Amino acid sequence: MSAVLVFLAVVIGFSFWWLYHQKVMEKPWLERGVHTALPETDVSGMPTAKIALAVFLAVVGSLFALFASAYFMRMNYADWQAPPMPRLLWLNTGVLVMASVALSCAVRAARDGQRALVRLGLAAAGLASLVFLAGQLFAWHSLAAAGHYLDVNPANGFFYLLTGVHGLHILGGLVALARSMGRAWTREVPAERLRLGVELCAAYWHFLLFVWLGILVLLAGWAGDLIALCRQILA
Amino acid sequence: MVDATPRSHRDVPPAEVPEVELYHPRSWWTTYVFSQDAKVIAIQYAGTAIAIGLVALVLSWLMRLQLGFPGTFDFITPEAYYQFITMHGMIMVIYLLTAIFLGGFGNYLIPLMVGARDMVFPYVNMLSYWVYLLAVVVLAASFFAPGGPTGAGWTLYPPQAILSGTPGGNDWGIILMLVSLILFIIGFTMGGLNYVITVIQGRTRGMTLMRMPLTVWGIFTATVMALFAFPALFVACVMMLFDRLLGTSFFMPALVEMGELLRYGGGSPILFQHLFWFFGHPEVYIVALPAFGIVSDLISTHARKNIFGYRMMVWAIVIIGALSFVVWAHHMYVSGMHPWFGFFFATTTLIIAVPTAIKVYNWVLTLWRGDIHLTLPMLFALAFIVTFVNGGLTGLFLGNVVVDVPLSDTMFVVAHFHMVMGVAPILVIFGAIYHWYPKITGRMLDERMGQFHFWVTFIGAYAIFFPMHYVGLVGVPRRYPEIGAEAFMTAPVGGLNAFISVAAFVVGFAQMVFLFNLLWSLRHGREAGSNPWRATTLEWQTPTTPPPHGNWGEERPLVYRWAYDYSVPGAPQDFIAQNDPWPDRPARRP
Repeated sequence: MSAVLVFLAVVIGFSFWWLYHQKVMEKPWLERGVHTALPETDVSGMPTAKIALAVFLAVVGSLFALFASAYFMRMNYADWQAPPMPRLLWLNTGVLVMASVALSCAVRAARDGQRALVRLGLAAAGLASLVFLAGQLFAWHSLAAAGHYLDVNPANGFFYLLTGVHGLHILGGLVALARSMGRAWTREVPAERLRLGVELCAAYWHFLLFVWLGILVLLAGWAGDLIALCRQILA
Repeated sequence: MVDATPRSHRDVPPAEVPEVELYHPRSWWTTYVFSQDAKVIAIQYAGTAIAIGLVALVLSWLMRLQLGFPGTFDFITPEAYYQFITMHGMIMVIYLLTAIFLGGFGNYLIPLMVGARDMVFPYVNMLSYWVYLLAVVVLAASFFAPGGPTGAGWTLYPPQAILSGTPGGNDWGIILMLVSLILFIIGFTMGGLNYVITVIQGRTRGMTLMRMPLTVWGIFTATVMALFAFPALFVACVMMLFDRLLGTSFFMPALVEMGELLRYGGGSPILFQHLFWFFGHPEVYIVALPAFGIVSDLISTHARKNIFGYRMMVWAIVIIGALSFVVWAHHMYVSGMHPWFGFFFATTTLIIAVPTAIKVYNWVLTLWRGDIHLTLPMLFALAFIVTFVNGGLTGLFLGNVVVDVPLSDTMFVVAHFHMVMGVAPILVIFGAIYHWYPKITGRMLDERMGQFHFWVTFIGAYAIFFPMHYVGLVGVPRRYPEIGAEAFMTAPVGGLNAFISVAAFVVGFAQMVFLFNLLWSLRHGREAGSNPWRATTLEWQTPTTPPPHGNWGEERPLVYRWAYDYSVPGAPQDFIAQNDPWPDRPARRP
């Protein structure tokens, strides 16, 4: 359970830092008067949707950290046999990076108010994500064709499970992306609202790219090497 | 007195108060059924939770019939008994307690207590309830599925959970249970995001974190914990579903069943236990922290005294929340773990008793020389303190490896966790319902029925669970549908078991009186007025009772003080509401 504990330590550390800045050391029984509390007077504060997305991504992060924990615990057993990594995964990774880059461009364009570029960025990101999903399906297909079915070895099970859960999150993100695209193609939507939507999409995609890189490290077996290296250094 | 108003302007700075985007219902359906009003969603959550909780209550009666009078009832076969245990435990812990505290009280109280008009994402909030309802329906459906519900025990330990020897293991039972849990977690995450973000972003002006009532602190912290603990159950459920449906071997070792080698091989059942208890232990505090918060407010209000050590109470809640993530393996002392591992978890378990004890002392010190009104909420709060201390002390026994190993599989553990996370939080739920019913309906609950309900429930719960500790110490194993005069038991317990069963039926009957009271008082209860308990918190200061959609009429309240200004010397009344600027005049509105 080390992976999830490290993750939670970060979350708890951040929460304590946040609480510390919320004046939890004050003595409320001694004070009187109207504070200027969030959100009405604090205009510079983050939009509610952004904070909500941050909390949600932390929850998703804990989900993947738990999967990683289970992976680490299981991989120490003698019968563990990792399936070969389909070459296609590297191409898919590149496509997912492109989606993230496209969304970054869209965010920049939205900040500059260039609606045509926003549309281009969103469409490119959506297309790249669909290609990524199709690529993942092909990777599954090629693995299965080589006889590495889901139930042959727990390592195979984890491969399909992790890629599947990640793919489902991309799929869910595509719904939000489609809504943002709807906004980008509607003239009446104010630029502020469009920008927020694009920024949220971009944050979500960057996060999923990060998660994907983590999964890749796990599946390629580098994580084991990394841990062995750490142990050597500690010993 | 410290003036917390910003120095630069004596009056409140002009603030843009944006019209909160509320979805205003247009028809009966969107007002009462597909409502986006947190208060309606709260009542839907609570109603569904109580309805499915009644099923679990009946199941407990059936179990007590079997244990108290073994061999009398033919329809309670060992298989059926295991199904009753499993469903009773799962429903009570997750679908009743978690749902009613966070979905019920959370939805009703958070927006009102922090001065918001509604949750920040009302639509997602509505979805949360409907996904929860779907989870409950899927769970209930397993009673009617071929093979019946799963009988794997509420912990669903593999490999037995998905083998043919366990009821529902080879049928629909376990599948429906896992799917229902997955749905519950998805639904909860939607609601949980709302509760957390509403506390962070939805507070009215002047409502700093340290001015929030402890109820909000408890629900807020419990929700954060639940958001990070439930994914562990989610992962465990998904992986077990894979094992059951797709033949993977995440949790399933190589097994011979009926002389036949199963297709599984190499999985780790211990992995499931880690995942399950990584959720399971925080779950205890997900249920307990809201109870802690609510009971603090009940005690303070009904003893007309400020809560003792408010800051400590807040810190204790937060620290308990953080610590509860590093104690999970104390549920696994008998799983064959390394003794050092057990030692570590015994230590963390005992450390958590420190902030918990701080809370208990502070409740008692709040009562000390208070003007104690023995109203129904106060009675339930007092009963909670006693019960929680009782259950907590046996928790200290069981937290030690050497004590836990012999007791782990006895009724002692059953008595312990029913005291500490069954009876104690439910007493708080009752107290909270007696306390807030006047706000929800505008009428008081009937006092005489309430007194009957309280005394029968309180004394009855002790009649059930006190002897059960002894039954456990004698050596009666838990999970056994029937025991005779086994050699390992040091004394016969047949008579005691019958006594416990009768007490359980009486306590169950008292709950029917309570439910009748809930319905009867809707029509016939005494008119409550807007603030019958003369409480300080914002939900009692709404312009109309029960509060309408949007809660606050024209303007959201301004908060001038913390939530516990009771019996302030020199004040015109023995309480000062949070939005009361006394001794100043109200600040000028922008």
